[in-house]
Amino acid sequence: MRLSVEGVGHAYGGTTVLDGIDLAIAPGEIVAVVGPSGCGKSTLLRLIGGLERPTVGGVFIEGDAPAGSLNPITTVFQDFALLPWRTAAGNVALALEDHRLTRAERDEIVADVLARTKLTDFAGAWPRQLSGGMKQRVAIARALAVRPAVMLMDEPLSALDAQTRELLLDDLRDLWVRERFSAVYVTHNLAEAVQLGHRVMVLSRRPGRIREVVEIDVPLPDRPARAAELEPMQRQLWQMMRDEAMAADRELTDAA
Amino acid sequence: MPPDMAPDAAVEARTPPAAAEAKGRRPVPFRGGTFRPRAIPFAAPLVFLVLIGLWELGSRSGLISPIALPAPSEAIAAMGDLIETGMLWRHLEASLSRLVMGWTIGTVAGIVLGLAIGLFSLARAGLSPVVSALFPIPKIALLPLFIIWFGIGEGSKVATIVFGTFFPTVIATYGGVDSVDRTLIRMGQSFALSPLSIVRKIILPGALPAILSGARISASIAIILLVAAEMIGAEYGIGAYILLAGSLFALDQLIAGVAMLSIIGLTVAWLIGRAERALLDWRT
Repeated sequence: MRLSVEGVGHAYGGTTVLDGIDLAIAPGEIVAVVGPSGCGKSTLLRLIGGLERPTVGGVFIEGDAPAGSLNPITTVFQDFALLPWRTAAGNVALALEDHRLTRAERDEIVADVLARTKLTDFAGAWPRQLSGGMKQRVAIARALAVRPAVMLMDEPLSALDAQTRELLLDDLRDLWVRERFSAVYVTHNLAEAVQLGHRVMVLSRRPGRIREVVEIDVPLPDRPARAAELEPMQRQLWQMMRDEAMAADRELTDAA
Repeated sequence: MPPDMAPDAAVEARTPPAAAEAKGRRPVPFRGGTFRPRAIPFAAPLVFLVLIGLWELGSRSGLISPIALPAPSEAIAAMGDLIETGMLWRHLEASLSRLVMGWTIGTVAGIVLGLAIGLFSLARAGLSPVVSALFPIPKIALLPLFIIWFGIGEGSKVATIVFGTFFPTVIATYGGVDSVDRTLIRMGQSFALSPLSIVRKIILPGALPAILSGARISASIAIILLVAAEMIGAEYGIGAYILLAGSLFALDQLIAGVAMLSIIGLTVAWLIGRAERALLDWRT
């Protein structure tokens, strides 16, 4: 299944937040989207995820979703979006309850994704008992449970501290090596972008337009070892973003 | 400090001798002792006992005239009479059945309307001003109307409680719905949950803390209205008992009746506390 974003623009009231975005996501590809704050990164994800309708252009799916995919386009939220009144396992099960599955099938999927995200020991824990990193693991497990074809990740590591972020970044990379999911990975952290993205799309400040798309041709599993090669790319991206970020920082915000 | 400068001379030059003397070693002053609530379980019973003891003492010594206020022991004796004659259960049964029926109907209807106002823009636009207009009307003032509409029997009494509990529940419920985290709802949408699932699994549990604290308030209102309603045309019931005792100036019975209301209030508060702990165990 391919996902393509064609000529998408979006405005809230009179404020244009996105303009002329074209993007195609191939199966198994991670596209990192970076840009200064308020450039419409999160809006882009909501448009792709069908939570909002673009003002112009459209988002299209080509081809069938892989067999067994329950929710082909699935979002991982920045602030985890776990139900505080459900345990880790209950939160994962929530995503499955509206699908026609027997109890046994459901329990099996829940146990399986919890094992894949190393959460088996925490199945019965309440979200309030879990650290930020564990919460985000639960949210990732929940996303995996519906076997998405494309994962939309909205700054999934931004609410975590630096060390946890490194750990989870490694986990995400391992996960990709095993599952080969495709993803749109929105972040403001350039290190994450060059560690996880096959391509990095740089957006300008509001209205968000594509400034540049940078290919990163180091295979994902090799990236921790070849950090020295990634360094210049990260610096190049920062050069590109620096002025935009500075200008964005000085803007007054009206739109969310 | 440059090494060639004599340290003692430098200190002396800068600090006056008196201040230098006061600079002894001492702990940092502790300032964190205030505004720290903690549980003191024996305090409440103790306060009750002391107050009742003082009251009894005042009555025995003649400081409190028996015409003004009967001694607690007399009120307890009146309560004993009630238990002996079996009238207590009759009154309690009548009152509790009205209370339970009225409060249940009012609360369920209130939650339904509160959810409707919380979920549907049309209901909010159309009905929330109506709720605001009707909520502040004292339901006791409407009792004559209820008697005409629902009869002098049980109907008007239950209706008073229903109306009294309905409005605070509506307001608590839609306030609770409004306070549900939007990202949780968006999460439900992004996993393609059905609207019914989102209401049942995300919005209702999210609004439950507010609904339960609304239930605390509406239960107290229900008890107040119960007594008011029973003061008209009721044969049995704690309100009727208190009214009769009052018109005969049987103050011991009046106090016994009022104490029963307090006990009902405490029991209801305890039950709601239990419900909160059972239903909201996911909170700290």
